[in-house]
Amino acid sequence: MKQEDKSVIVVGGGLAGLSAAMKLAESGCFVKLISVTKVKRSHSVCAQGGINAAINAKGEDDHPYIHAYDTIKGGDFLADQPPILEMCLAAPKIIEMMDRFGCPFNRTMEGTLDFRRFGGTLYNRTAFCGASTGQQLLYALDEQVRRYEALGMIKKYENHEFMRLILDDEGITRGAIIMDLFNLRLDAMKADAVVIATGGLGLIFKKSTNSTFCTGAANGRLYRQGMHYANGEFIQIHPTSIPGRDKMRLMSESARGEGGRIWVYGDSTKTISNPKGEKVPCGKTGEPWYFLEELYPAFGNLVPRDIAAREILKVCESGLGIDGKMQVYLDVTHLSSEKLHKIESILEMYQKFTGEDPRKVPMRIFPGVHYSMGGAFVDWPAADDPDRWERFRQMTNLKGCFNVGESDFQYHGANRLGANSLLSCIFGGLVVGKEVPRYLESLKKKNSQIDQSIFEREKNIEEAFKKDLLSRNGNENVYQLHDELAEILVLNATVKRNNKDLQKTLIKLKEIRERYKNINLQDTSSFANQTYIFANQFQAMLDIAFVIVKGALLRNESRGAHFKEDYPERDDKNFLKTTIATYKEDEPEISYRPVDLRYLKPVLRDYSVAKKVKPHLENLPETIGSPF
Amino acid sequence: MDEYFTLKVFRGSPGNQYFEEFYLKLYPFTNVISYLMDIRKDPINSKGERVEPIAFETGCLEEVCGSCSMLINGRPRQACTALVDKILEETKSKTITVAPFTKFPLVRDLIVDRTKMFENLKKIHGWIEVDGAFDKGPGPRISPEKQDVMYNLSTCMTCGCCVEACPQSGDQSKFLGPQIFSQVRYFNSNPTGAYQKAERLHVVMGEGGISDCGNAQNCVKVCPKNLPLTESIAAIGRDVTVQAIKDLFSLTDR
Repeated sequence: MKQEDKSVIVVGGGLAGLSAAMKLAESGCFVKLISVTKVKRSHSVCAQGGINAAINAKGEDDHPYIHAYDTIKGGDFLADQPPILEMCLAAPKIIEMMDRFGCPFNRTMEGTLDFRRFGGTLYNRTAFCGASTGQQLLYALDEQVRRYEALGMIKKYENHEFMRLILDDEGITRGAIIMDLFNLRLDAMKADAVVIATGGLGLIFKKSTNSTFCTGAANGRLYRQGMHYANGEFIQIHPTSIPGRDKMRLMSESARGEGGRIWVYGDSTKTISNPKGEKVPCGKTGEPWYFLEELYPAFGNLVPRDIAAREILKVCESGLGIDGKMQVYLDVTHLSSEKLHKIESILEMYQKFTGEDPRKVPMRIFPGVHYSMGGAFVDWPAADDPDRWERFRQMTNLKGCFNVGESDFQYHGANRLGANSLLSCIFGGLVVGKEVPRYLESLKKKNSQIDQSIFEREKNIEEAFKKDLLSRNGNENVYQLHDELAEILVLNATVKRNNKDLQKTLIKLKEIRERYKNINLQDTSSFANQTYIFANQFQAMLDIAFVIVKGALLRNESRGAHFKEDYPERDDKNFLKTTIATYKEDEPEISYRPVDLRYLKPVLRDYSVAKKVKPHLENLPETIGSPF
Repeated sequence: MDEYFTLKVFRGSPGNQYFEEFYLKLYPFTNVISYLMDIRKDPINSKGERVEPIAFETGCLEEVCGSCSMLINGRPRQACTALVDKILEETKSKTITVAPFTKFPLVRDLIVDRTKMFENLKKIHGWIEVDGAFDKGPGPRISPEKQDVMYNLSTCMTCGCCVEACPQSGDQSKFLGPQIFSQVRYFNSNPTGAYQKAERLHVVMGEGGISDCGNAQNCVKVCPKNLPLTESIAAIGRDVTVQAIKDLFSLTDR
């Protein structure tokens, strides 16, 4: 094949994008790597706690099957099971690969990798680099990508943004419209496959634990172009973050993994319902009440995030928040200096932003928007499916457009377990590294045979939108609209939801959409015009907001991160299915598809008893390929 | 009663930079970025004129990404951890000045182009030369003590604070920058990375390398990640001497 016919565009330079770019280059593809920032600054750097792999390094009889079981159960059975199984089986080898790349994991006295415990599991299976594991994993991949860059296999386009997928008349991917964020020029970039790895969407909620890059705009733009978006209503709220004026700063689960405890002062005159539905007193008046440990004796402070976030909110709403405010204590003051050293980077961060020393006084934390389980719908032919080699893993319904990392919907179901995100990002990237070359081989018509007018046509659509936005001269302010969007979403579409408020939210979104037509950018310059860049992203962010709200409105049950006061129970009969949103001008069209439950039948998701289960997985395939 | 302060921003485009002042309400524990975000929403300067929003870089807001480097009261640092009320208190002033870095090409307002730092990482062979992303078993064993040092070196965000503070660095200078020696040390300290030790040392023995360091020690004072930058310069200095002797007698490392 000619070089131009082996060109692949990778959008996003976080763990998923870098892992994909590296593997694609290794497979002989020529990669154009697009990123809104220097890839080394991608949001993966913010991941703190670690990465899961059932290596069984602590003599606990751990196994990838148990890891898969924990992940499926943690996700409240909403995730398709085949990709999870393969991810968990590959995890130990992924850790070893990252170790070979030089990622400075913490070590035991023997010089091998150390592991800590994380939420939603009873095993020590989380490898870590202090409390900045994401940063270290990202740097290790950034280095490998730099190596291929030096070899001419990867070309970076940093400070560039994905604006639109180029589809030919048969609906096959032929490239992407890319904008230079400095001179705002649009370019039609050619490639026969595009891999989207643009991460999360926290910025839709304005204040989240995400970086300011995480707008979700690429997925929003693709959704408008016809890409199916799955499980959008599942937004993870991290139980422990530090509220700030600019963002919610993450306080890693590793603080609890190393022994940190959550508490408020008790009040025995008040009661709270425990997981069995019984009313129990809120601790003893005036004494620390470790409510997670009391309500969930088995998992304690390490219950899955959705449960911890809801309990914290419940405790605060009953008036027991510290100083009567919406905050609880996360206490690490009792930990040994050795343990504190392992989470030093987050303790330093807390001190820098609050002025208090968390080694001496308990930290004040509150839940914050953290992660999107939902994302692009992607295909996954399982290892033993008869049509395994006719379909392509991680490919969206737009032919030739793949999607990996937080921006896809796979692996985490209704709730993600801590330290599984870094794993799913690297794994997904490796998978496309093998699937994309196979896809390119399968193409009958190559890029070099495509009529030039297609590229011009698609570019002109974006040129027209740019011109439109820059000339809008109304009285609305796009940042004001963003504030209003975020305010109503945080209020009605995060920890707790109900149909009345979701309905109201949908009406508000429509109002914002109308007002968006009358914005005024206040900056009409054609160089590094950040207001224009944001205004362009905002339309896509708003589209995804519709998907989140409509999906939540129609899902009349509670499952994982989606908790509805009016429907507090999980309803497998009606809602054990994947939500699929399709773009329609007025509101998203919502449909459902069955969940692939071939290995494990749904059981009650109980975290109140301590039991190390040896899960029995059925129908396991005889052979499973490897993403290497 | 509400308190106010003046944010003085050195802004503009290459060849046309000027100061612009903004009179803003003060909030507790709030960083410079939050105020730039406020200005962006409603860009009115202290004279009451509507002006263009200030262009700036930001990312994680947790001091791990290295995006928001700028000069704050003349000191290179990350703007996300620059809490305005604390700085005003320390300086006993009602004004805080922010400016873009001066040792990199200016893009717009507070944005500069730090690409050259990343190019320098290519020059020093800034990666571990593995066979590929294959299943080849675990990496080499490393003691916890050594890991601790390596982890510290590996937290370099390529933010450019040390480059900005270094008198040897400049727009036209060939100096590879103070951070590069810690990166050479980092890759050389990895048992697999050590196979390219001589190659990396030869780079810093050449133009813009270790002999250009003037030992001003500014770098280590401004590093937001507390990297042992000067210690690394000394360590690489020793390695370079040993390498020069080996080169003289044509000894290989093995």
